[in-house]
Amino acid sequence: MTTLTRTLKGMPPTAVFGVAIITIYVLVAIFAPMLAPYSERAVVGGQYLQWSAEHWLGTDNLGRDMLSRLIFGARNTLAIAFFATALAFAIGTVAGLLAATLGGMVDQALSRFVDIIMAVPGLIFILLLLTIFGTGVGTLIAVIAILDSTRVFRLARAVALGIVAMDFVEAARVRGEGLLWIMRREILPNAAAPLVAEFGMRFCFVFLTIASLSFLGLGIQPPLADWGSMVRENATLITFGDITPLLPAAAIALITVAVNFVVDWILHKVSGIKD
Amino acid sequence: MTQITRLVLQRLALGFVTLLIVSVLIFWSVELLPGDAAQEILGQSATPETVTALRHHLGLDQPPMTRYAHWLQGITHGDFGTSIANGRPVLQLITGRLGNTLFLAAFAGIIAVPLALMLGIMAALLRNSFFDRAAGIFTLTAISFPEFFVAYILTLFLSVKLGLFPSISNITPSTDLAERVYRSFLPALALTLAITAHIMRMTRAALINLFSLPYIEMARLKGASPGRVVMVHALRNALAPIVNVVVLNLAYLITGVVIVEVVFVYPGVGRLLVDSVSKRDLPVVQAICLIVSITYILLNLFADIVSIVSNPRLMHAK
Amino acid sequence: MISDSSNAPLLTIRGLRIEGKAQDAWTPIVKGVDLTVKRGEVFGLIGESGAGKSTIGLAAMGFVRDGCRFAGGSVLFDGIELIGAPRKVRLGMRSSRIAYVAQSAAASFNPAFRLIDQHGEFPVLRGLMTRAEAEANAIELYRKLQLPNPDEIGFRYPHQVSGGQLQRAMTAMAMACRPDLIIFDEPTTALDVTTQIEVLSAIRDAVQSLGTAAIYVSHDLAVVAQMADKIMVLRNGETVEEAPTRTMLSSPRHDYTKSLWAVRSFRAPSRPDAEPPPPLVRIESVDAAYGAVKVLSDVSFVLPKGRTVAVVGESGSGKSTLAKVLMGLLPAKAGCVELAGKTLPPSYRERTKADLRQVQMIYQMADTALNPRQRVREIVGRPISFYLGLKGKALEARTRQLLQDMELDPDIYIDRLPSELSGGQKQRVGIARALAADPQLVICDEVTSSLDQLVAESVLKLLVRLQRERDLTYMFITHDLATVRAIADEVVVMKEGKVVEKGPKDEMFRPPHHPYTGLLLSSVPEMDPDWLTRLTAKNTMAVNT
Repeated sequence: MTTLTRTLKGMPPTAVFGVAIITIYVLVAIFAPMLAPYSERAVVGGQYLQWSAEHWLGTDNLGRDMLSRLIFGARNTLAIAFFATALAFAIGTVAGLLAATLGGMVDQALSRFVDIIMAVPGLIFILLLLTIFGTGVGTLIAVIAILDSTRVFRLARAVALGIVAMDFVEAARVRGEGLLWIMRREILPNAAAPLVAEFGMRFCFVFLTIASLSFLGLGIQPPLADWGSMVRENATLITFGDITPLLPAAAIALITVAVNFVVDWILHKVSGIKD
Repeated sequence: MTQITRLVLQRLALGFVTLLIVSVLIFWSVELLPGDAAQEILGQSATPETVTALRHHLGLDQPPMTRYAHWLQGITHGDFGTSIANGRPVLQLITGRLGNTLFLAAFAGIIAVPLALMLGIMAALLRNSFFDRAAGIFTLTAISFPEFFVAYILTLFLSVKLGLFPSISNITPSTDLAERVYRSFLPALALTLAITAHIMRMTRAALINLFSLPYIEMARLKGASPGRVVMVHALRNALAPIVNVVVLNLAYLITGVVIVEVVFVYPGVGRLLVDSVSKRDLPVVQAICLIVSITYILLNLFADIVSIVSNPRLMHAK
Repeated sequence: MISDSSNAPLLTIRGLRIEGKAQDAWTPIVKGVDLTVKRGEVFGLIGESGAGKSTIGLAAMGFVRDGCRFAGGSVLFDGIELIGAPRKVRLGMRSSRIAYVAQSAAASFNPAFRLIDQHGEFPVLRGLMTRAEAEANAIELYRKLQLPNPDEIGFRYPHQVSGGQLQRAMTAMAMACRPDLIIFDEPTTALDVTTQIEVLSAIRDAVQSLGTAAIYVSHDLAVVAQMADKIMVLRNGETVEEAPTRTMLSSPRHDYTKSLWAVRSFRAPSRPDAEPPPPLVRIESVDAAYGAVKVLSDVSFVLPKGRTVAVVGESGSGKSTLAKVLMGLLPAKAGCVELAGKTLPPSYRERTKADLRQVQMIYQMADTALNPRQRVREIVGRPISFYLGLKGKALEARTRQLLQDMELDPDIYIDRLPSELSGGQKQRVGIARALAADPQLVICDEVTSSLDQLVAESVLKLLVRLQRERDLTYMFITHDLATVRAIADEVVVMKEGKVVEKGPKDEMFRPPHHPYTGLLLSSVPEMDPDWLTRLTAKNTMAVNT
């Protein structure tokens, strides 16, 4: 516990802000049904109602309560982004560690495959795949996870290569340790910090990608509430000077800023750069 | 020079192979459609006749190799096939819009790249100063914002509240340059903000990475001023990573443009791409993907060759 | 620029205190040091790691590294106070009046520019010379420093020039403006002994002929003795003592200084063999290559059981590759390795657990040899449970016993991470891990070369004791002949992948030598200020006849 409190004490204000925001978002996502005044799907009034005591943030283009959709949106958007990132991470880390530890043909094959995938801009690839497989939450998660895993692969491989070159890994090898032990006990604990930071960064990236796709109408589909689509559906209000449609966009921006602040702090700690 | 020529040639060959593989991937994406592609595209309610017609139209009744060869041959002659949605030649749909998109990307790039490099070098030079810290927080915030958020904020303030610029970029082939610049100012600004932050952060990091190296300490011990340390001793060695960063962001421009085009209803390929994806107009999507991928691959190729040529160890072999 | 030949001090440092930031707190690195350097005088600064000698050397230029700061005192250079002086004054002084020669010239030359352009950078920038004059100046100094092809070498890039030559080119660069003072920061530490001699004598001749004052920083007393007129011994940022070189060598006053002198006298008690012990390992005509580059050719020798065989050679001799072949990390292209009469499969992947257990290795850099995320308990315990299958209480007891044998108190150290150990303690944990497997052969790869002398000696003593207790066979890879003298029973000399000479230690150190062995032996600096003079005189005579 003392190390934890010491770590927290040394946190810069940006990181404290980041951790606080992330905590609030997670709580809102978990307790969404209890917090939201209305259901995310129910039409509860006229279209584009002004902010009022009844509908704090007014209603949307179909007459659904904006605040409730914003709250449920936290749940949908965060959960989908989190699953996609976690999946990308699992695939990328395992493949990256394997490539670095085994080397030779396995490394060559995996690396060349990833090079090819990364030779195509990510969003373009996603759009191509979505054209083929159609839009849907499952497809969305799978497509984004697979494409994003290439970036995780590159990082995990690079970090692991640095560790594999160390004498203690050589010592474990000539001791006769198996592949699993070397990856799990020798490499992974030393790669943990950069990988955690990368998880944060990838989460931001995936989150923004999904938000962008939803904004384009190609991501999370109605009637699920989702911040990206909410901006698109109500964008016309902006031309009348109403900021309501910017609220979901701001919600997206806030969580990515928060995660990035935390990641930045972790990276700073890991690299040991002195102030 | 032999080693460097060999490396450059190798890289060029690799680029060519990548292009070919990517073209195969994009072409074969049709094959990935579960079940019958034509049926899938038209949906379950389509009549057998229309399905057969579409199959023929897509050339699905021929063996894949023949179709690929045919497709590739067509592309080299500028024939990208015809759109499923409206039956017009894909090339005709794309040409004008591609010009518009490139204009927008160039507009943003011309402002962003010099600005970002200057700010990045300044942040490295004044590292840990107030300017550096403020710039750090500002750029981190900027890269965390979704493009449409930035775009709508700009619309809200510069267009709706202040009325300085149009919120919709109405551009036609007859629009003259001054008008074009004026009408595409907001989308260009939105893109500029995004890539400036990225390039600046990465330029700063590339330079600071070098600061702990002995030859930088040596330059200081020889009496170099901080400015000279950065501009002469570090910058020359950070060239390769910085060129990489710039190219990466230029490449990003071509995809980032998609969102911005949608927000400002800008008549570019990005919006065409989104429309075509939602209509599942495969020939158009394929053509745009191919063009964007080629640009992307060529940009990366350029960056790699710069980093080979700027490496003194390769340039001046033993 | 040497204007004044009077005996007034050139550099006066008084009460110098420097602090460094460690875990958010300022801790002292240099704790009040005084020193004075006269014009034309070479001042030696010696000490072990952490003594603050490099920091003081840099402070003499008014420079502190990032993360450090001046906490007090004064640095007076020719009447100008450098601490707290405006940046313009400090920077203007460098290159023209005070110059610096770094430890690793290979890393300290900017890879993007030619040597001669780096040489002339500041003379030209400050308008002291034209470009052409700077080039002529460089070539003249390259000649003075006995660089090969002095007219052309400057037009090369750093990576095209060897380490020893770069070190001389850097000295030439430091001398470009004929500064009053040059700081040499361990300029020969990274070089092989035979190269070191060339660089040392070139530097010494150049310094003498220009009459420049110098501060010569080194951990190697014998080297400093050749270069310096006066020596200061430092420890933990404090002065231990200061005296003229000859006085310092003949009659050191302080106990710490005496202990530094005494290190080289350690000898493992010799064991006159009634009959030589049977061989444990037989290496027979081993060839090895990295891809197409051949690194070992026809290497054969025998390691007698319970004895220490030292494999000696300079960098590139293939001695570390040989260890990799024995471990099975680099399968031999030809030849074989026999252990206790049984031929070992070339690759470690094909060896049985029992084979692997027999051969263990202790690494040079304890920092990379121990997993920073594992505690001592796991580092040492894993081989025990892996090879011997011990668990629970038995494992704990065995681990503790091993640490005890390494002279590490298990109660204190068993749950520590490597980062919580000193250099010597880490090396002891490394030894414990190797011995946990209960091996027959232990390969020691430069195990003491990154340790301070006193710590190195205690590690050597430990290794000798363990060998006696457990009848271990050591293959001791080293470039340091003092270590060989201390503990070897037999010596194998290697050069460019081949065995040049082999035999019992006493024979190796007694003439007649193989010419290369002779060169190696004569290149080891001796604690005699006239050693370098005599050696160069001898070499010049040899060339002339």
